[in-house]
Order: sequence, then structure tokens, then C-alpha cells
Amino acid sequence: MVNKLCLGLLLISCELFASADIVEFSDEELRPRYQQLIAELRCPKCQNQNLADSNSPISVDLRRQVQRLLEEGMSNQQIKAYLTSRYSDFILYRPQVKQNTWFLWIAPIALLFLGLLILYRISQRQKSTDGINQSVGEPTEEQAKDPLSADDQLRLRELLKNTNGDSN
Amino acid sequence: MSSYPMNRLALFIPLILCIALGGFLFSSLDKDPQELPSALVGQTFPDFSLEELNDSQRRVSSADFRGESKNGQVVLVNIWATWCFACRIEHPYLNGLAEQGVAIIGLNYKDNRLLAQQWLAERGDPYQMTIFDPQGTLGIDLGVYGAPETYLVDAQGIIRHRRVGVVDERIWNKEFRDLYNQLVEQASGE
Repeated sequence: MVNKLCLGLLLISCELFASADIVEFSDEELRPRYQQLIAELRCPKCQNQNLADSNSPISVDLRRQVQRLLEEGMSNQQIKAYLTSRYSDFILYRPQVKQNTWFLWIAPIALLFLGLLILYRISQRQKSTDGINQSVGEPTEEQAKDPLSADDQLRLRELLKNTNGDSN
Repeated sequence: MSSYPMNRLALFIPLILCIALGGFLFSSLDKDPQELPSALVGQTFPDFSLEELNDSQRRVSSADFRGESKNGQVVLVNIWATWCFACRIEHPYLNGLAEQGVAIIGLNYKDNRLLAQQWLAERGDPYQMTIFDPQGTLGIDLGVYGAPETYLVDAQGIIRHRRVGVVDERIWNKEFRDLYNQLVEQASGE
């Protein structure tokens, strides 16, 4: 009961927040593009927020400008170009692939491959050191002749049987 | 382990990486993260047509930034507002620059006309003229994201330098003075 009440209050409060910033479009098809753009554009003043999240005056202005440009029939690409020509590439949260940004795009993939390479090398090394450990220490004459005594053989068989049983 | 001398060297890789990262981070300490690269340096001052602050009948336009009507003058364009606290600190220095003969054009950004006029009456008016931009439209075209900002515009109307934040004596001497003198010399030589 209390849960339902809380959920209800939460939903009402969301409704209230959402209505704080009403944007009217002549064509409702512009709205998803608007939402996408303001989510991808960065507020130049409050640097770790996008335009959608920020309430600083410059973000309000830029949201209005994005809306105006959409109404004027500009494509998303044109709007981004419009803003980068004024606010530089900084305003894009999704940087374009360019001479000075290729590293940003390549780095994650390069690091992934580097990680895989290191993992591979480590596993290779472990294999070879396992082999070394086995050969370490000369077996005594007795062991060489008969590595396991009859009793040991029996115990080993018992153990193997048990573990097989467990795993099934 | 001793049978793998290469491993010993490999153990230093994390240390080297740490030092490299540390060096990179240390070099970034001096940088101001609020300072954005300017997209407009080297570009012509954007087109606009707005009212003058003190004379609403007079329209100021981008023609005032082209060579002819400016008489080949090198100007500073200073973005300010009465709501901007740092502008208060900057204002006396601008008054001083104007006294030295530096041409300054004001851009009153997203402000109230009466308050702005009052401000200039109280604190002195260093501006040859003040563009009144209550909606911040020219601000958007300039890529303004806060006040104060100051642009150095050459005699051809091309933006040569941009300073985000207060211009004081230190900043003037460091960023503006030499470039300003050079541009003025060029303009008078033509």
C-alpha cells in the first residue's frame, strides 16, 4: 500500500518536473530529434552536463536555439555544424572522427587488443611453467621404476570414481 | 624467474606507465578547464543588427566592424552585464584602457537596459558605443557562454584574440598588448 503511494507520488513529481520546460513544435516529428540533439550537445558553461540536463541560462538559450533551427528545417548535421562553428568541437559529446580525435576513438579498441594480448601471453607462460614445474626435481630410483605403488593406484582410482560421481 | 630476464624488464612497464600518466596529469594542472578553444579566432566578426544601449533609435550592425565605417580602427569588444560580478572587477581597468586611447565597444549581454545605463553612469563609460543584446542572439553567434569576455578585432573586422574572463593588467600585458600594438601599426601603415 505504502509502496503504491510512494510510486504514485514519484510519478506525480516526474510529471511536475517534466512540465517545467514545455517545448512546442509545429510538427511533433521534430520532438525526438530535439530530445536526441539536446542529449548529445554539451553545455559550454557547466561542463559535465548536456543541454537537456542543465538549467544554466546559456543552456536554456541554446535549447531554444536548437528548437528554432529545427523549425527552420535544418538537419541534425547542420545544427551541429552551426553550434561547433560558434562553440567549437567542445560542444559535441560525441566527437567527430578527425585528426585530433582519432586517438579517442581508437584507444578503447587498442586497449582491448592489448589486454587480450597480455592475457594470451600470460596463459602461454603458465602453460610452459607448468611443464617446467613437472620436470623439476629428479625422481628417485624407486619412483622411476614404479611411480605409484599398488596401494596408491587403488586410492587414486577410488578418488577419481568419487569425484566423477560428484560432478554428475 | 631468473631464467626469464625479459620478465624483469617487463616488471618496470607499470612504473613507466605511471610516471608517464603522472607527467601528463601534472602538465594539465595549469590548464583552465573552463577555457574553451575558440572557434571564431581568425573569422570575421559575425553579422548582426541591434540597438545601441543609450540610443534605442540607433542601430548598430556588423558594418560598424568593417574597415570603412570603422576607419580602419582596431577595437576591443567587451561582453558585459550588470548581473555579472566579475564585470565589476574588470570595469575600472577598461576605463583605464579607454583613457590610454584603446577603442572599446561594449556588448551588453542579456541585461536590462535601465540597469545597464545606470551602471555606466555610476562607474564611467569606457565604451565608444554599446551594443544592446537582451536576447543574447549576438552572444550565441560569438559563442559567448559567460561574461565577461573580450575580443580583439582588427581593422578588417577579423577577430584576432578572445579572452574568456576578466581582462586585467596581467592579462592585457600577456595576451593583448603586443598583438594590439602590432595590429594598430599595421592599420596605420595601410
